[in-house]
Amino acid sequence: MYDAITDPSRTRRTVTATARMLASLKLDGPLLLGLALVAAYGLFVLYSASGQDPASVVRATIRLGLGTLAMLALAQVNPNFLRRLSPWVYVVGVVLLVVVEVIGYIGKGAQRWLDLGFVRFQPSEVMKIAVPMLCAWYLHERPLPPDGRSLLALAAIILVPVGLVAAQPDLGTALLIAMAGGLVVLLAGLQMRWIAGLAGLAAGTAWIGWGFLHDYQRKRVLTFFDPEQDPLGAGYHIIQSQIAIGSGGVFGKGWMNGSQAQLEFLPERSTDFIFAVIGEELGLLGLVILLLLYLFVVARAIYLAMQTQDTFARLLAGSLAITFFVYVFINAGMVSGLLPVVGVPLPLVSYGGTSMVTLLAGFGILMSLYSHRKLVGS
Amino acid sequence: MRDRRKAPRTAREQQLRSFRLRAFVILGMLGLAALGLVWRAVELQLVDHGFLVRQGDARFSRVVEIPAHRGTITDRHGEPLAVSTPVDSVFANPKELALATDQLPRLARALKRDRQELTRRLTSSLDREFLYLARHIQPGEAQHVKSLGVPGVYLLREYRRYYPAGEVTGHMLGFTSIDDEGQEGLELAFDHWLAGEDGAKRVIQDRYGRVVQDVESIRPSRPGGDLALSIDLRIQYLAYRELKGAILRQRARSGSVVVLDVTTGEVLAMVNQPAYNPNDRDQIKARVYRNRAATDIFEPGSSVKPFVVAAALASGRYDEHSVIDTSPGFYKVGIKIIEDKHDLGVIDLATVLARSSNVGMSMMALKLDPEQLWRTLSGFGFGQVTTSGYPGESAGLLTHYSHWRPIGIATLSYGYGLSVTPLQLAHAYATIGALGFGRPITFLRVDEPVEGQRTLDERVCRTLIGMLESVVTPAGTGLRAAIPGYRVAGKTGTAWKSTAGGYSTDRYMAVFGGVAPASNPRLAAVVVIDEPGAGLYYGGDVAAPVFSAVVGGALRLLAIAPDAPVGSQPLPPRPPARQTVALR
Repeated sequence: MYDAITDPSRTRRTVTATARMLASLKLDGPLLLGLALVAAYGLFVLYSASGQDPASVVRATIRLGLGTLAMLALAQVNPNFLRRLSPWVYVVGVVLLVVVEVIGYIGKGAQRWLDLGFVRFQPSEVMKIAVPMLCAWYLHERPLPPDGRSLLALAAIILVPVGLVAAQPDLGTALLIAMAGGLVVLLAGLQMRWIAGLAGLAAGTAWIGWGFLHDYQRKRVLTFFDPEQDPLGAGYHIIQSQIAIGSGGVFGKGWMNGSQAQLEFLPERSTDFIFAVIGEELGLLGLVILLLLYLFVVARAIYLAMQTQDTFARLLAGSLAITFFVYVFINAGMVSGLLPVVGVPLPLVSYGGTSMVTLLAGFGILMSLYSHRKLVGS
Repeated sequence: MRDRRKAPRTAREQQLRSFRLRAFVILGMLGLAALGLVWRAVELQLVDHGFLVRQGDARFSRVVEIPAHRGTITDRHGEPLAVSTPVDSVFANPKELALATDQLPRLARALKRDRQELTRRLTSSLDREFLYLARHIQPGEAQHVKSLGVPGVYLLREYRRYYPAGEVTGHMLGFTSIDDEGQEGLELAFDHWLAGEDGAKRVIQDRYGRVVQDVESIRPSRPGGDLALSIDLRIQYLAYRELKGAILRQRARSGSVVVLDVTTGEVLAMVNQPAYNPNDRDQIKARVYRNRAATDIFEPGSSVKPFVVAAALASGRYDEHSVIDTSPGFYKVGIKIIEDKHDLGVIDLATVLARSSNVGMSMMALKLDPEQLWRTLSGFGFGQVTTSGYPGESAGLLTHYSHWRPIGIATLSYGYGLSVTPLQLAHAYATIGALGFGRPITFLRVDEPVEGQRTLDERVCRTLIGMLESVVTPAGTGLRAAIPGYRVAGKTGTAWKSTAGGYSTDRYMAVFGGVAPASNPRLAAVVVIDEPGAGLYYGGDVAAPVFSAVVGGALRLLAIAPDAPVGSQPLPPRPPARQTVALR
């Protein structure tokens, strides 16, 4: 303490050393800090939400570690290499999707993952990054805003994997993939008439698509509009999570003291519905703090995206940053009853799944795009 | 600077600008989305907070009943007749159990149930959270089931009613439902007293209904009150044994015995045949669980004659010296001829009763004032429910005198055209035995002396008892009711059973009613045997021996001093037909 006051240069030296180290690792300090805070908050809540199960927290920490490794590794990769790799990642991803589909067909059951022996791996997760990558790659050397022909090609790039994932059937992930690609197109500069046209097309598709939905999917949508219709069945999740959040009040019932969460009235409390646990135990305050942390991460990510120099980097980085927040919005909206129930985890907080690794890998790419921005343009 | 900004930009710069604009627009939209989320959180956590807290509390806070122990029923000496013993019921939460279907075979084996049946019941109630798997099993067995550790299987402590005396007290006590609520008999009549009051406590339970924590006691459970009945189990058992023996020997359809304490109006014994064991629910069928002694009515035949004679004596027109000329053994009333078996000639009232002369009774009854006769019979309780409070008791039937015609009065005098229950008839005999005091019938032990209500003159009663003693003599019809060492006053009855369109001539009710000891009556009893089918059918042959055995045994059990010096009375003959019947 005494040293710190009398010798300001020590602090400065520490900060400078850290910055230098981060820069040499091609990482962004503020973004890393934001991610670390969100992850720490998530582990804190997870201990309570899992019913005080230390093993869950340990497993979540291991996944976080894996994700951090992926982020570190990807941050080192040269964006030009990443760009040239894009088509191959995309093609491999689509092939894996087809393989999963075939295996599922043979095994007579819906299947979303490949068992690699040591780990189960969901090809659809890869597509969440591969699709925006290929879209950005496609638009890289083309004049912006894209013309009709380009848009047609982009539509094909997006819709092939979306269709495959939707057929698994995993409508939630399919929509997220479509959105990640769509964001790239939007950022590239889509004219108003196209936006309007696409909105109309989406509405038409929704109307026609209703006929293709599985019963349980239709039920989810219908229950969203009137959860009380089926309070013990499909509406149970929505009603319970709203009760949990609402009964928390401003300051919450206290960590590990949420009656709805701890007595297991709240379903999926440590995975998709962990947002409700925060609302119940830490109250409005806890929710606002979490949202502020998320906003900080996204704002920093968008700032980094704006600093990049070429089209590929800008579009991909922007898409990755916004997608992250859309995940937050979809999950929080679903849990608090603003949106229908779709299986989207709360980024970096929900327990389990490959998503934690994918998200951190995405941020690794984003940091790479930013820290190598001076190299680009050649 | 300003100029540079306004200068035409390169395509690259324009792209960047466009991107930044879009990024800001999107960032703004994200901010709006975040605001939307916060707004939603505020709506839930501030606006709807109270409502949602109540909704939440309603999910985990439960008021649980603490079952109250049902009171014990004992006889007058404290012998247990109905006790509640703790048993366990096994129940499952189907939603939880469905997750462990591989455990079902073990569970079915432990429950001794069919595995497929168990699976079927489980699958048909998957949307529920409570399903009984087995009710009222021994705590040991229940612990075994619990020790299997199958998820979603729990135990529930309940009480099961157990009747130590089984068949012997079955009808009178009735039974409870599986939820321990009185369904029949005294269990029903005194349910509010026996049942007690379930307590309640507030608990916190989790989604699977497991109680996590007791929060507060709302009210403690109040155990039910114990009930001491007027029944004397020893006499009850005696009556049961004698009646059952008689029913088997006489191949009768059914029968009842009621024994009352004349001095208090207490029911000391009440049995019926056929009987059932209330401990075995499979035996509980409407056909057998009816307490015939209180619910079934019959035409009493000659056994009602003493009460008509009582009316005659009370009227002042007749006394013990009055005689009636019954020659030539039949008597025409309107177009109907009333017959005796023999021409009895000129006889006094005692002989009318002893020989059971229908002609004598009819002549006498027709000379009486109908209103006075009706009042006397009503005073004995005919046509009214007794005050016993026994559920489902029948009132019998006594037509109002304003509807009487001569032929009706004549047949009424020997017991047709009115109907009674065995309990009612016993009560009427008890009133005579109590020298004219009508004491309310009760199933509860009475410790204080009961005053009763004067319904008949004492002198009349003493005269009547003297006359009824002559029934139990070699000259009367009821010799087999005699009890060695005691003087017995009673009356036989042999009634044709009424059938559709008239009276059956080969199906009888054999009845004997009476009091003992005659010098100072203590017990009144009625024996009714329905359709004896082994050849004998007279009340004096079929019902009287049962009376003798039951009341004789009861007098000795109650240590009542004999009032007949040994040798002063004829011993009852060996029943001539009993052996021959047995050999048939």
